[in-house]
Amino acid sequence: MTTAPDRPAGTRPRHLLYLLPVVLFVVVAVYFLVALYSSRDPQEVPSALVGKPAPGFTLAPLLPDLPGVARADLGGSVVLVNFFASWCVPCRAEHPYLGRIAKDGGLPIFGIVYKDKPDAARAYLAELGNPYARIGMDDSGRTGIDFGITGVPETFVLAPDGRICYRQWGPVTDDDTEQALLAKIKECRR
Amino acid sequence: MIAELGHFALVLALALALAQAVLPLAGAARDNQAWMAVAAPASQGQLLFIAIAFFALMQAYVSSDFSVAVVADNSNSAMPLIYKAAATWGNHEGSLLLWVLILAVFGAAVGTFGNNLPPKLKARVLAVQGLIAVGFLAFMLLTSNPFARLDPPPADGADLNPLLQDPGLAFHPPMLYFGYVGFSMAFSFAVAALIEGRVDAAWARWVRPWTLAAWIALTAGIAGGSWWSYYELGWGGWWAWDPVENASFMPWLLGTALLHSAIVVEKRDALKSWTMLLAILTFAMSLVGTFLVRSGVLTSVHAFASDPRRGVFILFLLVIAVGGSLTLFAIRAPSLRDGGLFQPISREGSLILNNLLLAVGGVIVFLGTFMPLFADVLHAGAISVGAPYYFLIFNPFAALLIVVMAVGPLLPWKRADLAGALQRLTAASAATVVAAGLVWWLKTGGPLFGVLGVALGVWLLMGTLVEYGERIGILRAPGDAWRRARQLPRAAYGMTLAHAGLAVAILGMTGSAAWKQEQVLMMRPGDTVSLAGYDYRFDGVADVAGPNYTATRGTFTVTKDGTPVTILHPEKRKYPVQGVPTTEAAIHTNGLADLYAVIDSPDDAGAVSVHLYHQPLVPWIWAGAVLMALGGLVSLSDRRLRVGAPSRRTAVAMARA
Repeated sequence: MTTAPDRPAGTRPRHLLYLLPVVLFVVVAVYFLVALYSSRDPQEVPSALVGKPAPGFTLAPLLPDLPGVARADLGGSVVLVNFFASWCVPCRAEHPYLGRIAKDGGLPIFGIVYKDKPDAARAYLAELGNPYARIGMDDSGRTGIDFGITGVPETFVLAPDGRICYRQWGPVTDDDTEQALLAKIKECRR
Repeated sequence: MIAELGHFALVLALALALAQAVLPLAGAARDNQAWMAVAAPASQGQLLFIAIAFFALMQAYVSSDFSVAVVADNSNSAMPLIYKAAATWGNHEGSLLLWVLILAVFGAAVGTFGNNLPPKLKARVLAVQGLIAVGFLAFMLLTSNPFARLDPPPADGADLNPLLQDPGLAFHPPMLYFGYVGFSMAFSFAVAALIEGRVDAAWARWVRPWTLAAWIALTAGIAGGSWWSYYELGWGGWWAWDPVENASFMPWLLGTALLHSAIVVEKRDALKSWTMLLAILTFAMSLVGTFLVRSGVLTSVHAFASDPRRGVFILFLLVIAVGGSLTLFAIRAPSLRDGGLFQPISREGSLILNNLLLAVGGVIVFLGTFMPLFADVLHAGAISVGAPYYFLIFNPFAALLIVVMAVGPLLPWKRADLAGALQRLTAASAATVVAAGLVWWLKTGGPLFGVLGVALGVWLLMGTLVEYGERIGILRAPGDAWRRARQLPRAAYGMTLAHAGLAVAILGMTGSAAWKQEQVLMMRPGDTVSLAGYDYRFDGVADVAGPNYTATRGTFTVTKDGTPVTILHPEKRKYPVQGVPTTEAAIHTNGLADLYAVIDSPDDAGAVSVHLYHQPLVPWIWAGAVLMALGGLVSLSDRRLRVGAPSRRTAVAMARA
């Protein structure tokens, strides 16, 4: 498409341009065909970031007596990073498990408040207790995007070298999921 | 017996579709009048047989004939009659039958009412429609026979998915399909024109009403679907960028672009090859949507069937239809000559910008929808694309589109004075600044996009009203305004309504996205909680029995400053056959905001988990969509489109005049 009023009609490059749609379509169709025979369960959403270093971020603290979270705080030991929000119902269900995981797994949990009002998040923690060693506020949701979360809660196990070792998609609200997560934490220690 | 009759009717329809596809096409190539004349009666016969098949299936549903497999899988004798009937299209096979029924309706409409079309064009259009019907009828008969029998039949059916047991199911899919399939007309006209190698103003005039009709239905269908997900899924949202939502949104974006570019072809004899491409791609997106939903390449609550054989078949259809037409485009489009010349700053220029932005929007949604699939195929790992992507990437383009949308209609054809047009929008700019300032002041600390969204909505609304005011000369000659208003063509009213409708919808979307408030808590009878100035008193739950479900119904008495506002009855329903619970949100609207309540089943102590939302401006989303669809209908009733062009030559002469 062009707005030039005096374009020369029927020249070679224009012909090639008209071929572009069908060429692009063929590419897309090949993708579709391969995807049809792919064995992947589309419901499963593993993170592309597993095995890669955690993205950079610096988040301001939520509570006056607890530090915020930054990329520099990760590494050295295994750490859990948990995205949560006061408006998220599954987070509420997951909450009691977090304290247990911190204790049984012997590791700190860093909380990231995802797109929430600070007052609401403080009230949430005041009501349910605080299992977190550090809490940072991700008002804009940028850090969430960088981590590739699809919703809250989501939990990442960070290896001592600062890499994302495992991603827990969805809440931990039963003993089986909790045990599976603890086993992953053990693996990430190695 | 009736099911076999339906099956047989489908086979006959396929035979007729084959005749409709082959004979007229050959006839048009060889100037054989008799062969070309086959098209119209074939299209009518096809409608007859597909309608017989459709009503045979519906009869099986209504009479709960569980020896028919799809009925046994998707119905139950305890279901209310309306859902038994609507269940006809609440599954893969039946919805395909609805799809081809609507296709046949469109084909027969052209066959019956298209007498003012040049015979060759009519023959080719119907032939292409016939080809599409061949593909889909073969797909049904070979992979998805709706009339397959079960032996022995089960005593009762497995029930329709409870989420679909909702009055919305009766209207949403037919509307949506009417939109999807309606774009097949623009596709067939484009392919026919490419075969002929001729596109002119008359062509655009014939295509526009069909495109407009499809656009109206798709607009209504999308809005209806979003309304359904708002009140039935109980999550307080109305759009999730779910792949299936996107599948309906992509043809809408491209179809909207097509509506506008066809105007340029009609009035200015320009943008022809681009319009051809849009007509092809719009229908291609409808087909991609079908592929997406039925092949299981991306899952979603809507997914009907995950059968790779079906997926391959649809992909094959997609390749034939889209690949074939795009190849034809690559061969023929370079020889299409544009007639009208114009400057970049002109009505044409603004419509090109509109098309460009809508097309970019379509590409963004397409990439967002399919990126997980592409990444997986490339072994780049599985990724997911969610709302933040669309918020960051799609919304800026949409915002730019809205900004331009207020200016475009003020520009004259050929050459325009941008500064002058902007000057005429002074009042609109002032209103925008005031509205943005007001929101800033009222909602200090709220998200910035709230301010921007309101500014965009007000800008578009005021810009649209200014354009209308200028047309009827409300300031220049107020005494004459009424007469001018009456003489304004209906198409002009259609545009004003549709643009204003979008403005209203944007205000609604902004309000709900920026200032939604919610409360989640456990409540016991007698507890009161306040949200956004309203006090909700929980009066307890009662068990109620529906025709084929049991429900826990909660009662909330809502008051504001002590005066009663409403009583809300949210329900948690349980459908015993499938054992699936559904949420029935209770919604009270006052036009400016929705009060929205959802409950969960009570625990042993009698406490109930309650989710309350205060949704400002949310009803405006659907009010805006209704205005948009209404604008389309008004435009469709324009005399110019109704009468049609008497002949090619005079139509061109008129358009050039």
